[in-house]
Amino acid sequence: MRVRSSVFACFCLVLEVLGIALFLRGFFPVPIKSSFSSKSKLSDLPPEPFTGSSLNSSKVPDPLFKRVVIVLIDALREDFVFGPNGRMYMPYIRHLVERGSTHSFVAKARPPTVTMPRIKALTTGSIPGFIDVVMNLNSPALLEDNLIWQAKTAGKRMVFYGDDTWVKLFPKHFMEYDGTTSFFVSDYTEVDNNVTRHLDSTLKRDDWDILILHYLGLDHIGHISGPHSSLIQPKLMEMDDILKKIHGSLILKEAEGALPYLLVLCGDHGMSETGSHGGSSEHEVNTPLVLISPAFKKKVGMEKPSTVEQVDLTPTLALGLGLPISQNSVGRLIQPVVEEASLRDQLRFLHLNGHQLSYLLKDSMPAYEKEEGYEQFRVAEKSHGNWVKLVVEGNTSEVLTNMGKKVFKQYLEALRAMSAALSKQLGKYDMYSMVVGMVLVFQLLLLLLLAMPEALSSASEVDLPVSSALLSLPFYLLCLLLSSVHVLVCTSAESSCYFCSLSWGLVFGAVALSSALLCILVSMAARRRAKPPGKSPSHGGVSGGWSLSELDILLLVGTAGHTLSLSASSFVEEEHQVWYFLLNTLCLVVFQDVCRKYFRERRANIGRLEDEDYLLPSNEGDAVASPLADLGVTDAGSERWLALATPPLTLACCRLLRSLNQTGVQWAHLPDLGHWLNSLEHKMVLSLFAALSLALIYFLVQRRCSWVSKIALALGLLGVYSYRAAVGNVVFPWQHGGGNMSKGTVEARFVYVFVLGILFTGSKDLLRSQVITADARLKSRGLWEIYSGVVLLVALLFRAHNLPVLCCCLLVQTLMAQFIWKKLHYDAAQTTIMHYWFGQTFFYFQGNSNSIATVDISVGFVGLESYVEAPAFFLTALSTYAGPLLWAAHLVCYLSSEKRSSVAVGHGCYCLALLRSVPAAAYVVLVTALRYHLFIWSVFSPKLLYESMHTLLTAAICLFFTTMEQSRSSSRP
Amino acid sequence: MWDQEIRQMASSHAIMASGVFMATVVPAVLVPGFSVYGTHLLWLYSVAGAVAVVNITLFWLLGVSSPTKKHTITYKVSRLVRSCLYLLLSCLFFHTVVILYGAPLLETALETFSLAVLLTSLTTLRCVCVLGPNVQAWIRVFSRHGAMSVWDTSLQMVVGCSVVGAWLGAFPIPLDWDRPWQVWPVSCSLGAVIGYLTGLVAAPAWIHWHRKHLTYKIK
Ligand SMILES: [Zn+2]
Ligand SMILES: [Zn+2]
Repeated sequence: MRVRSSVFACFCLVLEVLGIALFLRGFFPVPIKSSFSSKSKLSDLPPEPFTGSSLNSSKVPDPLFKRVVIVLIDALREDFVFGPNGRMYMPYIRHLVERGSTHSFVAKARPPTVTMPRIKALTTGSIPGFIDVVMNLNSPALLEDNLIWQAKTAGKRMVFYGDDTWVKLFPKHFMEYDGTTSFFVSDYTEVDNNVTRHLDSTLKRDDWDILILHYLGLDHIGHISGPHSSLIQPKLMEMDDILKKIHGSLILKEAEGALPYLLVLCGDHGMSETGSHGGSSEHEVNTPLVLISPAFKKKVGMEKPSTVEQVDLTPTLALGLGLPISQNSVGRLIQPVVEEASLRDQLRFLHLNGHQLSYLLKDSMPAYEKEEGYEQFRVAEKSHGNWVKLVVEGNTSEVLTNMGKKVFKQYLEALRAMSAALSKQLGKYDMYSMVVGMVLVFQLLLLLLLAMPEALSSASEVDLPVSSALLSLPFYLLCLLLSSVHVLVCTSAESSCYFCSLSWGLVFGAVALSSALLCILVSMAARRRAKPPGKSPSHGGVSGGWSLSELDILLLVGTAGHTLSLSASSFVEEEHQVWYFLLNTLCLVVFQDVCRKYFRERRANIGRLEDEDYLLPSNEGDAVASPLADLGVTDAGSERWLALATPPLTLACCRLLRSLNQTGVQWAHLPDLGHWLNSLEHKMVLSLFAALSLALIYFLVQRRCSWVSKIALALGLLGVYSYRAAVGNVVFPWQHGGGNMSKGTVEARFVYVFVLGILFTGSKDLLRSQVITADARLKSRGLWEIYSGVVLLVALLFRAHNLPVLCCCLLVQTLMAQFIWKKLHYDAAQTTIMHYWFGQTFFYFQGNSNSIATVDISVGFVGLESYVEAPAFFLTALSTYAGPLLWAAHLVCYLSSEKRSSVAVGHGCYCLALLRSVPAAAYVVLVTALRYHLFIWSVFSPKLLYESMHTLLTAAICLFFTTMEQSRSSSRP
Repeated sequence: MWDQEIRQMASSHAIMASGVFMATVVPAVLVPGFSVYGTHLLWLYSVAGAVAVVNITLFWLLGVSSPTKKHTITYKVSRLVRSCLYLLLSCLFFHTVVILYGAPLLETALETFSLAVLLTSLTTLRCVCVLGPNVQAWIRVFSRHGAMSVWDTSLQMVVGCSVVGAWLGAFPIPLDWDRPWQVWPVSCSLGAVIGYLTGLVAAPAWIHWHRKHLTYKIK
């Protein structure tokens, strides 16, 4: 079966995406959940251990606190309270920490340090799976057993004000609530005032038991200007005042004889030195936890707060309120909180906590009995029983106290061990699904590689021996073998695999596909071996034959080197450095090529060139017909100088853009131009920059559009500016009183209209060129219009300080296309690799990195009133991958421009698919090999998500390529 | 046919390599507290100086450089001035390139410039010695099939190896190992010097190996 190389590439890439999806499903462990669908009930609680016959009191210990107020300050970092600046930032709380009746801890949040997983962790006590990050914005109701549900079931009346993630997670749980959206990241006063405005009336009333406040302002300040900004201190002082007010009113309300109150101050996660969060650096992970209650002993001075896990708060609160601990909690009781209770009660608390942990352990681990913690717990329970018996018998000797202390220690030890075992359990992988996905990806990569000579030949067609493979005996044998392996694995494995749970039809499809691929691979390899390697190689380059030019060597070595570099965590964190480095070298090598061409030519003109065999194809014909005319350049001499100036100019652009957004991990905290531009006093400069960039974007894009699109583009770009002005990023000349900030919905929708209009015009031209007239010029204009529509959309989504990135991207594309790629006669493969490299580099120029924290989710709301999943996801993906997307779009436009040979698009598509498959396949293997690496969750997993997303995007681009080529071949009768 | 020339080249390369070696060892004996990492700039300049002195003397003695037609004093002086100018320009060129690669613009300007000086002494200086201050000849040698003698070929290889060495030397910088050689510009200058030494060894060996296939156009 002969297929065109673009179709072939598409087919491989789409299947590869499926393979990667299967791998991802196996790689990201589903968080441990006990199999019981019910929730913990009071009646299920175990009785107090007692050796002997009767007197089993199944009574739950009384609650320790009557009312609980939880003040959660988003992104509250540990050193904001406990650090040297704490006294300045939060004087009242700091005073309480040092002198009041409080307990303070550093609570460690588990990565991913993103708000929703943290809220889930705080309420369920379990550690949410990594995949929860992806669902961060779309938060469906929490069905798992959790503290809030328990409190509601126990009849506690709860009031909530703050981030509406809570309201979505716990619908109908709160007696009274007001959710604020965190959607408007540049607002840091209004969100908090919306919470505080209810406070006075609520504090006066008596009809609630639990009050939860979630303040978002600090997090927004962090995102805007980082942890050292001047906005931090006023915000923290505001928080301090609020806490003082709450504390004061709680003290006033306190009645003699009744149970005491508990005031909890905590943070969901910290913030990094750049003000973002999501990763696992010390500053993101360490949050303060301050518990204030008259039940505690008064402190006499500042002590170094001890460290607990964030999930430990859940069982502590549950026991403190007399509620059952939620089933999936892996936390353990924070012991100092209960230290004022009687020894018998303390033991009882520890026993309840241990009982819940041992149940979870039993449920999630087949070999639970061999666990150290489980055994310890059994021993402790037994001695606890003995101790209770002695107490009940009225024994009050010294020995009894010592024995009780021993039991106490045993319990603590057992809790620690069980909690650790459960946390470790999280790192369990579904190896079978992973291996199946990996095998599929690798088969496709090999197929792509084996087909390289054919796919890049002048026919641009691949001969796949499909029918012979499907009719051969080995294919059926392989199917049988793989099916039996599947049955064997699925019946023997004790843990559940995703692949086994798939329906039989799907599994058989995968098995048949895999066997067919194997047969095709083998027969293709045999054919390759049989055929003498007579054809010229793909990367023959300009000189032809087997010799590789410096450029080819660089492109090959660079691609291989980058793939290898992914195996080191530092290189994954600092991947942008690798790309900047490679791109610089590429520009220098191109510069050398240009120099060589033009200087050698001059020598030739003078007539001193000896070897006539080395003469590049002369460019006299090109110079006249080239599109230089529209830049006003017709003279060959000035053209040469422009060509010579292009690589240095590109280098200068890259150097500038690189200092626009500091990214990565090690040097991310260094000051960059982006922060400088975004600070309030440089708003004027930012506005000028943005306006200038938009003007230049218009100038660069409008050249090849029809006049309708030109007008639409101009209006659209004006709309972009007014949107930025409406949001408050830039100043608008006719705007007075900059106080009123809106969401800019109207302006954004205005731009959307033009984007859709331009895209529509473009597609109409494309369709007409395909169906009615086979006009290459019309088609190229249609493509260009689609491209300019994408540019306009990206201009809307990019932050104001990133507009120069877009502008430089277009500038470099224009210059390179006109003076380098066309003039130096690079073939489609070389051009594609260069485009790919540029795309990758621009991905990082935008300020992206390989950590989840840099994904700018606020673009998901541009022009929308509220969160709608599909457009939000689409917009976020588009703006994150704008760099690679724009370069790929430019590649399509460039390769299908009139003068290219008709196979160029096919070659480009194939190269793009291969370029994406190599790192993706290598990375899948690497991640599997490094799955027990220390940084697997913080460094390698986010990168895996990025790689998968990028592969998905490339598959979409390749599909577009294929349709482009299809229309070309069909238009050629 | 070129056996004698190859032998000459091998011995001169051996002298150059020992020059680098001496530039590392001698200051270590004479200067207290000298180390390649600790007092890196000192080492860098000592190597650059040694390479410069050895190159100039050797090529002057060997007379490889294209014979000058004129022997007037003014011509020689102008050649010398032009050579110095080219060396300075090459330092600035390397400095710019290193900054384009991402070196900080101002904070480490001295270190960056020192690296540029080292690279100049390893590459441009040899060009000046072999080809004279003649940009046309440089462009010829560094274009494809441009070598006209064994010295041109060796020049290509040594320069290429030094630059590639410096290029590869930049790779360990992002690693978070906190080693003394990850400080800017230690790894790059070490890479350049190692590349230079490799080039010195590789050039005669490669020419010897390929002497059957090498053909040079007669000037
Ligand atoms: Zn948060
Ligand atoms: Zn945040």
